[in-house]
Amino acid sequence: MTRVQVITRIVKPALFLLCLLPLVLLLGSDLGANPIQTLERGTGDWALRMLFITLAVTPLQRLSGWNELVRLRRMLGLYAFFYALVHVGIYAILDQGLSLSAIVEDIAKRPYITVGFAVFVSLVPLAVTSTNAMMKRLGGRRWKRLHRIVYASAIGGVLHFLWLVKADLREPLIYLAVLLLLFALRLKPAHWQRLRINLGFQGAGATE
Amino acid sequence: MLIKKPQPIRPSEITAESVYRDRRRLLLGAGLALAGAGLSGDGLAAGFLSGLFGGDEKDKAKEAMPDGLGKYYGSPKNAHSTSEEPSEYEDVTSYNNFYELGIGKSDPAANAELLVTDPWSVRVEGECEKPGNYALEDFLKGITLEERIYRHRCVEAWSAVIPWIGFSLAEVLKRYQPTSKAKYVEFVTLYDPERLPMQRRQGILDWPYVEGLRIDEAMNPLATLAVGMYNDPLPNQNGAPLRLVLPWKYGFKSIKSIVAIRFLEKQPINTWNALQPNEYGFYANVNPAVDHPRWSQARERRLGEWSKRDTLPFNGYAEQVAGLYRGMDLAKFF
Repeated sequence: MTRVQVITRIVKPALFLLCLLPLVLLLGSDLGANPIQTLERGTGDWALRMLFITLAVTPLQRLSGWNELVRLRRMLGLYAFFYALVHVGIYAILDQGLSLSAIVEDIAKRPYITVGFAVFVSLVPLAVTSTNAMMKRLGGRRWKRLHRIVYASAIGGVLHFLWLVKADLREPLIYLAVLLLLFALRLKPAHWQRLRINLGFQGAGATE
Repeated sequence: MLIKKPQPIRPSEITAESVYRDRRRLLLGAGLALAGAGLSGDGLAAGFLSGLFGGDEKDKAKEAMPDGLGKYYGSPKNAHSTSEEPSEYEDVTSYNNFYELGIGKSDPAANAELLVTDPWSVRVEGECEKPGNYALEDFLKGITLEERIYRHRCVEAWSAVIPWIGFSLAEVLKRYQPTSKAKYVEFVTLYDPERLPMQRRQGILDWPYVEGLRIDEAMNPLATLAVGMYNDPLPNQNGAPLRLVLPWKYGFKSIKSIVAIRFLEKQPINTWNALQPNEYGFYANVNPAVDHPRWSQARERRLGEWSKRDTLPFNGYAEQVAGLYRGMDLAKFF
């Protein structure tokens, strides 16, 4: 099998199921005394993590020289949107009981919800333009520029988390550190080319 | 310590306490099972999976749940007890903020055995005639325990109804004869970094945990010192062996595992106020009109319930305590 085939026929389907696992496990777990809070936190955590995993694809590609990895990126990105959608859905439906006035007031008055809502809104155009047809319509350059929004989404996601915790900043700060690392990995492609050769990865296009 | 003996009742008449407390859940479970079967596979699947994967802390709490007649069964009911249904014991004992035992909500129950509550003593200090270091049995000597079913409202906007077993704080404070200089009362939690790993770490809270009241607040009949709940001694995660219960204030004021009581001239700085003064004040009276800077305080969610409810001023105890704050700007003195 070529590397492309491994990615598309084995890795992608397996990853599809793997990405669903956190939600399944969350729903099946003991949700505790405050189940809505548990669900909100769980889906929020995974929305952010999926976003980070999506952002890790390109650096991983550059480091390994495996350009085929990009084929996984759309699915991972859409999973980030999926978890964000479930997270917002739980908030709007279960937490706020679909009370529009309560939701609007939250968005207006609570900075962490203002940011959270903005992050969700920012992911919508990214999800909508994720299809092949859309990529063709926009053209490579415009699509790439539009999808740079994801950097702002990731920063917003971390801010949302930072602003909602009561005292213990450890977890959100860990996310911040990871985010900074992911951004650093995107700088200076030339450096990473050199690193790749030094680490002994095969050049791009090599087949077994 | 006076413990009122239970009245003679035929054993056959008694519902097992576990079943009595479980009845809402049993009914709810039956209802959910029907709804789940009717609506979607999710209800049944979730139940099945949760059986498969098990629940950690809630199950632990369930196992620890006392059945049969508790030690404090038969305690007289306090006049201000609410007629609302108490929250589920498993919820109240598996969802706690007790950072000394861990930051997560289920950590205190998981790490409960770290707290050693025997022997225990209470230091009484400051502006009073009878300071001293009192063993807990002596501190509690001659107290009449009552069942006080109070609402409990956390600053995080969740709440519960808890049948505390306790007594009036005023009753005990008066024994130590606070002088006229005693304008405030300060309470201190256990400091035991050897046994409590969180207290060895920096950057969480300033240990030991400290709380305080104005002397008139402390003397209000609603202010309670609790030694038990649900007819049994306090579980460690709920602040054993002795804690404060201030039902009209946010829960962080109801300090747990008290080792010292001090009568002070000046207002003490309570721990959460020291950590974030623009978010947590000294008075911390439940007030739906004054939001936390980062979230609304207008509504709350009862543990175990799905929908939110409106928060009441002073957590519904305005009649008993509003007078303490007459003329005070409650948005300023939050």
